[in-house]
Amino acid sequence: MSAELTAGVAQWLRRIGGAVTGAASKLGFVSRFLLAVLWHTPGAFRRMHLTLREIYFAGVLSLVIILMSGLFVGMVLSLQGYETLKRYGADEQLGILVALSLVRELGPVMSGLLFASRAGSAITAEIGLMKTTEQLAAMEMMAVDPLARVVAPRFWGGVISMPLLAALFSAFGIFGGYVVGVRLIGIDAGAFWGQMKAGVDVWPDVTNGIIKSFVFGIAVSLIAVFEGYDAKPTAEGVSSATTRTVVMSSLMILALDFVMTVFMFRGASVI
Amino acid sequence: MSLPAKPSSSRAAEAIATCRVDPAAAAVELTDVSFAYDVRPILSGITMTIPRGKIVAIMGASGSGKTTMLRLIGGQLRPKSGGVCVGGLSVPDLEPEALYALRRKFGMLFQFGALFTDMSVFENIAFPMREHTELPEELIRDLVLMKLHAVGLRGAAHLMPAELSGGMARRVALARAIALDPMLVMYDEPFAGLDPISLGVIGQLIRRLNDALSITSVVVTHDVYESLKIVDYLYFVSEGRIVASGTPEQVHASDDPFVRQFIDGASDGPVPFHYPAPAYREELFADVG
Repeated sequence: MSAELTAGVAQWLRRIGGAVTGAASKLGFVSRFLLAVLWHTPGAFRRMHLTLREIYFAGVLSLVIILMSGLFVGMVLSLQGYETLKRYGADEQLGILVALSLVRELGPVMSGLLFASRAGSAITAEIGLMKTTEQLAAMEMMAVDPLARVVAPRFWGGVISMPLLAALFSAFGIFGGYVVGVRLIGIDAGAFWGQMKAGVDVWPDVTNGIIKSFVFGIAVSLIAVFEGYDAKPTAEGVSSATTRTVVMSSLMILALDFVMTVFMFRGASVI
Repeated sequence: MSLPAKPSSSRAAEAIATCRVDPAAAAVELTDVSFAYDVRPILSGITMTIPRGKIVAIMGASGSGKTTMLRLIGGQLRPKSGGVCVGGLSVPDLEPEALYALRRKFGMLFQFGALFTDMSVFENIAFPMREHTELPEELIRDLVLMKLHAVGLRGAAHLMPAELSGGMARRVALARAIALDPMLVMYDEPFAGLDPISLGVIGQLIRRLNDALSITSVVVTHDVYESLKIVDYLYFVSEGRIVASGTPEQVHASDDPFVRQFIDGASDGPVPFHYPAPAYREELFADVG
């Protein structure tokens, strides 16, 4: 019995050890991958048309979902916010509530999550399928580095698109808030815009929101290109890599958001 | 998967590793090459010469290590031991930059073409030209049309890869492989999954392009009839070893059991029908509980 117990414990420890070393090795691999992508960045920017093409695919084609979501989130925020603010007789503060919620949090986070689902998964699937159909190997055999030709432009396409999408999400959200708050509910337009103008600062509110969305852009794009490049070259491999991109990106966005919020708004009476 | 190391121009200059093989005679030479994925041996003690200007076929059953040989020649894999010499250079010892410089003289046809699916046929063939040369657009256009004409698909320049049949895709990939007039073209299963007409067309194209462009060709295949028609020399590989070799005439006349089994398509022989297993009777009557 004790020999069985020892063997069981040993196996359990081995499993933990295996998981830890596996995770450490993958983290190291991702870091080397990021360094390699950064190394190829000047080349990707020299041939700007490659990066512009990726900005089109990741950014422009995500516009519909981002703008529509922004609009609806802003409208709901306005409805819910009005209900709460009215209880304290502060319904004229609706503009500032909508704007701050969107610019600081919902804009970067929601657009990050949508971007991961819409563009991140597409990038992973595309690179994974290129690997499966030997297009990456063909490129290597033609003495063209796939990291420079395929990965770096897609990475930067995502990083550049993300803050722009987040800004548009917030802008459309504020417009949605205005439509519901001012046009539907009937709050004074001057109060709505005036409170917003007085209460939202470029720094810490707007700039911090942009910084957040930029960091999310790096995280999602890195996860997306890495998972595609690292995918097992089978149909199942590409499908699970695509799923991993969405799950990992979403968790990473939420975790990074918490950490950044702690550092950014600590002095602004949040904590 | 491995990450390519960063190119380093200062180290690359001193890293041109030559080997003793005369590149004028042998385009490729493998000397006592062994290779294993982790502990699973794939190739052991492979020695072969691919003479310049000839077409050499590497034949063997699926999983016998044929494609691994192409990957070793192309520097995508490093041998566990032994030498791989291409054009007078020792491939495993080359720094990334020198290896990429060598690969510019290669062409490779992948099993299913590996055409870039987001580019048209024209753009696929222009791709290596745009990446490695500064040629003006008019000249690239003329060169692409010439390459496409050579494979009979000038009229398909505007099509996307998804619009091509299997045989057409293989011909476009062939045109892309010879886009930069390589010294060596490697074909990975060029005949797999083709109808008889396309099969004959690809076979004739390999022969014709090899002779017209004075290139050296390595054809990895298991299509014995098509290969015997077009190649100058054949190597037979089984379980990671070269088991027979010879010219097509020698192969036809051979009474080597492996060669005979391969040519006759016999289900049993030196390559057994049954995967290794315990004795049939023993397993059937074994006590399952």
